[in-house]
Amino acid sequence: MAEVLLRVTGLVAGYAAPVAGPLGFELRRGEILGLAGPNGAGKSTLLKALWGGVRVFGGHIEKAPGLAISHQAQGFDDLRGVPLTGHELLGLTGATADGLPPWLAGRLGERLDRLSGGQLQFLRLWACLAVPADLILLDEPTNNLDRAGVAYLADWLGRAHSGQGIVIVSHDHGLIDDVCTRVVEVGAPS
Amino acid sequence: MNFDLLLDPLFRVPFLTGLLLAALLPLIGMYLRLRHEWLAALAFAQMASAGALLAMVAGWPMILGGVLAALVAALAKGLMARAGAGAYALMMLLAWGGGVLLVANHPLAEQAGHALFDGQLYFTGDGHLLAAGVACAVVVPLLAWLSRPLLLGRLFPEFYRARGLDARPRLMLFDLITGLSVALATVSLGVMAAFALVFVPPLVAYRFARSWRAGMVLSAVIGMLGYSVSFAVSLGLDQPFGPVCAVVLVMLAASTGRDSYRM
Repeated sequence: MAEVLLRVTGLVAGYAAPVAGPLGFELRRGEILGLAGPNGAGKSTLLKALWGGVRVFGGHIEKAPGLAISHQAQGFDDLRGVPLTGHELLGLTGATADGLPPWLAGRLGERLDRLSGGQLQFLRLWACLAVPADLILLDEPTNNLDRAGVAYLADWLGRAHSGQGIVIVSHDHGLIDDVCTRVVEVGAPS
Repeated sequence: MNFDLLLDPLFRVPFLTGLLLAALLPLIGMYLRLRHEWLAALAFAQMASAGALLAMVAGWPMILGGVLAALVAALAKGLMARAGAGAYALMMLLAWGGGVLLVANHPLAEQAGHALFDGQLYFTGDGHLLAAGVACAVVVPLLAWLSRPLLLGRLFPEFYRARGLDARPRLMLFDLITGLSVALATVSLGVMAAFALVFVPPLVAYRFARSWRAGMVLSAVIGMLGYSVSFAVSLGLDQPFGPVCAVVLVMLAASTGRDSYRM
């Protein structure tokens, strides 16, 4: 059986006060876990709690020793006017360009503000996906992606990734159903 | 008009001092602009100016007072990170208020205050040149080392925390080298020129550069070019350096027109 990367029990998380949880699951290498639930259930908050981005009020998160985590956050800063190329962006996170879709691979030498919104979002997503990490956390990865980007992401996630564990929060039920090996429901906060 | 002065050996040290700073300040400005912190440069310059005045009144070297005040400002900025632009405004108000009070109450401070604002480049000596050389030798490699965390901080703010690392010491180091460089520039070039060199060359480089690396080179070239023209014009026409430098750089930025990525 594959190594357990993450064991979460009774996780309750929030900011000034608890807003999400409790949540419990176990994630093994090679698994893609979907966190599903209604709007406002706190799925993104719980995802952030997995790497320490928000306050944990209760429960326990047990990580495999030396676990390397990559987190793709929802939303991003406006990069118009910043003279940065796609190659430079990928270099920042250590992501590889191998496996990029052809409609983006040929444009890595261009400034980011020359790309379409969908291309830029995909590139930012790729900079978090194609990195040497054991655990990848994706928060609404299909937001702002165009149709080609969503299709390529689903295809990429659908291929076996035996070396990594992935947790996805998405309102896109089609993506969750297509790529996740398991889905955990997050209840609405009481 | 007397452009023969440009060839006078007396002005070689001031020219070289300013040229080094004109290459360095735009590099720092590139990252300040990236982080939406360009106003910090003006706050640091004002604080350095007030610190230099205070040092002069106390009988200390002005450069020491300027550097110490800017370093205190950099430290305060790091501690008040959440206050953002509000912290810079508070620093500027404190520096303006303190500086004007010193000028009003100390006869020597009035003259020095004007010199710090207009720029006293022609009176810089070997000590300033040495300090500028050391600053370049230290700050440029440090900036190269800090580049990745500074860029990640804007593009992927959670990158280091998600990996259990703390980026704050590196960001604090950037604040310190910014404070040090701006303070040195303030006591050498004046508040106005120091701020213009931090702000304007990156403004142009962001519009024209094809990549970050090209932007760094372009901003330094624009800084040195604008500085050299300003030095010649202010010396030849017997005008204060700071305002000439600010006007030349703004005219350069305005003349470049609309966005066009050619570099």
